[in-house]
Amino acid sequence: MNVTEALKITTRTDPGMVRSQNEDAVMANPLCGFVVLADGMGGYNAGEVASGMATTLLGSELEKAFTQRPPQNRVDGGKLWAHVVLEGEITRANAAIYQAAQSQPQYSGMGTTLVAVVFHDNALTVAHIGDSRLYRLRGEEFQQITRDHSLLQEQIDSGMLTPEEARHSQNKNLVTRALGVDPTVEAEIRDYEVQVGDVYLLCSDGLNDMVDDEEIAMTVSALAANLDLCATQLIQMANDNGGRDNVSVILAKVVGDFGVQRGFRSWLSRLLAWLK
Amino acid sequence: MDTAKLILSMDGLVLKEIQLSKERMTIGRKPHNDIQIDNLAISGEHAVVVTILNDSFLEDLGSTNGTFVNGQSVKKHFLQNGDTIELGKYRLKYINETAQQTPAADFEKTMIMRPGMMAKAAEHGGAKGAGDTQVGMKPAVQPNAHPQTAPMNTAAAAAAAATVVPGAQPAPAALPLGSIQVLTGANTGKELELTKTLTTLGKPGVQVAVIARRPQGYFITHVEGANFPIVDGKTLGAEAHKLADNDVIELAGVKMQFFIKS
Repeated sequence: MNVTEALKITTRTDPGMVRSQNEDAVMANPLCGFVVLADGMGGYNAGEVASGMATTLLGSELEKAFTQRPPQNRVDGGKLWAHVVLEGEITRANAAIYQAAQSQPQYSGMGTTLVAVVFHDNALTVAHIGDSRLYRLRGEEFQQITRDHSLLQEQIDSGMLTPEEARHSQNKNLVTRALGVDPTVEAEIRDYEVQVGDVYLLCSDGLNDMVDDEEIAMTVSALAANLDLCATQLIQMANDNGGRDNVSVILAKVVGDFGVQRGFRSWLSRLLAWLK
Repeated sequence: MDTAKLILSMDGLVLKEIQLSKERMTIGRKPHNDIQIDNLAISGEHAVVVTILNDSFLEDLGSTNGTFVNGQSVKKHFLQNGDTIELGKYRLKYINETAQQTPAADFEKTMIMRPGMMAKAAEHGGAKGAGDTQVGMKPAVQPNAHPQTAPMNTAAAAAAAATVVPGAQPAPAALPLGSIQVLTGANTGKELELTKTLTTLGKPGVQVAVIARRPQGYFITHVEGANFPIVDGKTLGAEAHKLADNDVIELAGVKMQFFIKS
């Protein structure tokens, strides 16, 4: 099965109950098997510009690169092509946003968080910057895969705050890394194996600040059969709880094996396809 | 943004209001403390309040008579607006106005931590905070800097785990409680209270519907299957449908009744 057939993807973004503008941006490319979510920051409409630039630039550049060569290929030095492309394109997107912010006063100081997932060969590569998250539901287990680049996460890591105390912190929404605020940025890039039945959730902090992880887990688990309804429900829960920020979700469900066939199996499947 | 403050009192009499303007404010009997309380029940260096942007933490510095918050002995405590710190006969009430403000539109905005933000929040911490953000945080955050505080952190974590802190409450108790009673089939007469935010009904793979508990009431929505639920004789569409008291739901061949209990 190719990645397009193996994945069901839904994207949804909502301004929430308080803000008039939506500074979040989401995009999905089911043909190439990747999704991108960004939560912009900056005055006036600058946040929208930054998150919009991130999803648009990555959307078109990743598509070009992965059409040229599949993400699971190894390039010189044995590095995954997915890594090479993500590193390169995130660096370029960072430079583009940074330059726009430098050259146009109304965009001064803008930036965005980023979480991008590329599915390939029964695995995924996730790149993230800031506090937008990737979660995974596997069987009964719902787990946060990315670790926020935020003041709170650092305080939790150092033992200063327990995760429970962190919910009551007045220092939410302070990210320690963002795309486009400095001349250079380092994305955190990691690989995970993927199993059939997994459901992946990418979200902006507008969801996880308003809805407990347990409630998110219950919703994804209960409504995995209907991703559109699941996305609607998640956003509704954030809004019912106050909806103080923009809320965005991307859901990706793995409905089939998308391992790349190699050697004899590959030859056999091509023969069978030809015989059909 | 208002700075957090402590209100010092004894026997109900307010003695002083202290702005938490520095990253570290020490409390003790000796004169070099930021908050000096000249009383024999107070240790020379009794406790310290560390403030990081809008959050403040209280730490007992191994005092003889201990530090109490709201009647409980603490080694390290994450201060919440309204907490009362007790040192001997003295009371220090922690006031953090940012916690009380109804969230302004800007409050939830994601912001990047820039070098110097820490310095703004705590003027004396500025020297340490200059330069890289993460490095600037280390002096306040790193428990290893004071080896004797390491076990205290563990104790604080244990204490925090023991106290029940209300989290986000997606289904507040004030909402009326709905319930489902099965009218037909093998489970006839059985009742299911709809206490959770979401309750799924039906047979997975065949027909499933979900009932969502919201501030506006209970809503039923079709999840999967070729057949859609029937409510009071009408087949639902893909949209959520608000349930009324005594509505009869038909799902996967089973009839059930929704009713409001309270």
